[in-house]
Amino acid sequence: MNRLRLGLLAVGGAGLAALLVAACLDLPDFGGSRHPYGDRAVRASLARHIANTIASVNFDQRAYDTLGEMSILFAAVLGCVVLLREARDERRARPEPAEVVRPVRRYALLVLPVALLTGLYVIAHGQLSPGGGFQGGVVAATGLHLLYLGADHGALERVRPLGFFETADSLGVCAYLVLGAAGVLAGTAFLANTLLPYGTFDTLSSGGTVPLLNAAVGMEVASAVVVLLAHFLDQAVEIEEEPGR
Amino acid sequence: MSDAVTVVALLLVAASATAAVAQRDPARQALVLSFLGMVLAVLFTVLQAPDVGLSQLAVGSALTPLLIMLSVRKVRRRGRTKEERT
Repeated sequence: MNRLRLGLLAVGGAGLAALLVAACLDLPDFGGSRHPYGDRAVRASLARHIANTIASVNFDQRAYDTLGEMSILFAAVLGCVVLLREARDERRARPEPAEVVRPVRRYALLVLPVALLTGLYVIAHGQLSPGGGFQGGVVAATGLHLLYLGADHGALERVRPLGFFETADSLGVCAYLVLGAAGVLAGTAFLANTLLPYGTFDTLSSGGTVPLLNAAVGMEVASAVVVLLAHFLDQAVEIEEEPGR
Repeated sequence: MSDAVTVVALLLVAASATAAVAQRDPARQALVLSFLGMVLAVLFTVLQAPDVGLSQLAVGSALTPLLIMLSVRKVRRRGRTKEERT
């Protein structure tokens, strides 16, 4: 049985390797001057006044793919929340406040606002400069946890109402879906970027629905990461097994 | 010139990825992984993909190591309470 499984894996692996090599041989040369995909994507992005072509690909040309990725993150975080919840044979124990070394505290509290601001900036300028909802969301959410390094778990819990972030997580996904459905109602197609005026090139409001979709993703990712880290932290610091079992 | 930078970044990635595999202690592995994430971000930026570089920097060098560290802490704490009881 084991040998059969290994054989099956070997056949599958060999097939995948052969296909990948064949595909790589057909790719345009590395560092060459011919960019068939790039040229088309840039043209489509400029036509809709979006300065960052990657944002145009993510939230306009391939907005449907982004919806899929967003749902994957949402489902993954939901699964983690279910797995890491406080089970029947576990109990919560308040951790003792720990002594924080002074340089660590000073550094964490100094960098915390900078990290939060950077995250929000990256989200807001998604359609103008590299970055966007996903990157900015992760930066802002992990930046918030500098408070755990600089102070303690209790301080973090006070500034992070978990219910609020769980709601924001779902609202972000809903906002993306509603923006997509709005295209259908307006008579074009799901997630088609024809709803809003394209605006002036290279400004915060340019690009039609792209900044809105980007903001929805930013809200979803930031809240999802906060919720995920909160449950990991709970398990690592607070929840322990019931003694006597 | 840019070719030289690409080669250096690639070599750094290969070296730190090997180090991450060779290191057997999960807590230290998380630190090496964090460094690998940073070097990968540099490689992506050198290859003119700053968007991917930024994702890599946020997820690969901050979020993933943090999740690994928290899991390691949980597993070790659990082992400690079990030992106390027996």
